Amino acid sequence: MNAATIASWMREINASVRAERDHLVQLDAAIGDGDHGTNMTRGFEAVVLALGQALDADPESPPGKLLILAGRTLVSTVGGASGPLWGSALRSGGRVLGDQGSFDGAQLVEVLAAALASVKDLGTAAVGDKTMVDALEPAVEKLRARLTDGATVEDALEGAAAAAEAGMRSTIPIQARKGRASYLGERSVGHQDPGATSTALVIRALQKAVVYQNR
Amino acid sequence: MAVETNQMRKFLNDPAHVVKESLVGLAAAHGDLLRYDAVKQIIVRKDAPKKGKVALISGGGSGHEPLHGGFVGLGMLDAACPGEVFTSPVPEQMLAATKAVDGGAGVVHIVKNYTGDVLNFKMAAEDAADEGIKVTSVVIDDDVAVQDSLYTAGRRGVGATVLAEKIAGAAAESGADLAKVTDIVKRVNDRSRSFGVALSSCVPPASGKAIFDLPEGQVELGIGIHGEPGRRRAPLGSATEVVDVIVEAVVSDLKAKRGSKVLAFVNGMGGTPLLELYLLYGEVDKKLRAAGLEPVRNLVGSYITSLEMAGASLTVLELDEELTKYWDAPVHTAALRWGV
Repeated sequence: MNAATIASWMREINASVRAERDHLVQLDAAIGDGDHGTNMTRGFEAVVLALGQALDADPESPPGKLLILAGRTLVSTVGGASGPLWGSALRSGGRVLGDQGSFDGAQLVEVLAAALASVKDLGTAAVGDKTMVDALEPAVEKLRARLTDGATVEDALEGAAAAAEAGMRSTIPIQARKGRASYLGERSVGHQDPGATSTALVIRALQKAVVYQNR
Repeated sequence: MAVETNQMRKFLNDPAHVVKESLVGLAAAHGDLLRYDAVKQIIVRKDAPKKGKVALISGGGSGHEPLHGGFVGLGMLDAACPGEVFTSPVPEQMLAATKAVDGGAGVVHIVKNYTGDVLNFKMAAEDAADEGIKVTSVVIDDDVAVQDSLYTAGRRGVGATVLAEKIAGAAAESGADLAKVTDIVKRVNDRSRSFGVALSSCVPPASGKAIFDLPEGQVELGIGIHGEPGRRRAPLGSATEVVDVIVEAVVSDLKAKRGSKVLAFVNGMGGTPLLELYLLYGEVDKKLRAAGLEPVRNLVGSYITSLEMAGASLTVLELDEELTKYWDAPVHTAALRWGV
């Protein structure tokens, strides 16, 4: 995996949050303020643009630097809570890769683990709070476990994406303890968390990007 | 061109440009008080930076007008950072605003307690500190509808934000130093409690759809300022009954001593006429006195809104001599003006 993987991952995220924009808005309107789909679309559109420019300027841009640029772009375009959370996540992930030109499955685990750590640190959320952590943490764990068991990166990512989607669905019966949904108290029960939903899209996009690249 | 959305007709050109176009209008109307930097996306007091004066900035999602841009001017804010509708602004805006207003005496960030606002302001304060600017941040969390516990993101920042901006702004104008101005913001927040009620949802321009549907005859109790549903739904009673609930929620949490002097702020959410707000104020005044509190100052009107939501909130601030003095001090902004 290399810079092209990162660029393709960001394009896949952009395509899927765009396609799911109205769904994310709907989920957010139920327990938040209805802007999640709009914000994620605006952010990843800007990321795709920024990465395109960076790669035009320097086709040898290392993948870590692209992730950091993607994170910076999200912080400066998204706003809300998602901007700082995803921004810090991608920046922390990018720092793991330093200047290296390519990375393997084990390093991808470290990238996502660093991203998860920064989300948990900044958002002070844990699994069960009805946040993006409910999708991200199981994805990272599944990726690590599958790779340890000797699976290919593609297979491990399929497992990670499925785990993120299961984590996303697991938020439905939970009462929110973080973010704007927590203001609703018990009324947040029965709704799928929009942040966990877009997180599942992000992990699925990574899986697709790697599959397409290997074809 | 008026654009018809599913549920509400709005004056729009392109929904994606509503915030920027509104800020252009604000600057056109109040060029004597403020300027709009469209590149950095900030509203800055015309005469900023003022050398030696502590500067105050605030910001948050748009859709709460006149908060915050309408409070930029003499005796209140030095800059405002408007985000997209109901979306926190980004750290770059806050950093640009901080740099634009820093007169060497430091900058106070007034932050409403919403996860997005808190995270973005935190990043901006760190960046400002890296550039050698003294920044303090105060998080406003006065909404008693939310229990402050490990199980929520804490109480929301609502009406007390307006009072803190006015009172601390006057302190800064009078020459108070950074520690003092910061302390005043904290004091206003500590001594304020708020509670809001909605009679309708609101329609964000980007989606064009109401955030929630409220069945006939129902009210949302314990709302914030983002069109989000409240803590619970209840049948709509008379104004007297609604005010009973609101005053009880606020007063029981404030726990002010009998005989305390208070400022009562009856705020409209955007779609409730002044006719009704004054009706509410009359009830509030009566009930506060019955509860042993003396409303010696008040503010009635739509100052921290939720687009066109119908509804109102009450904020009660327990005054002391100093807070009263700064409340009475001159202010000249687009939305509040007295003493000048």
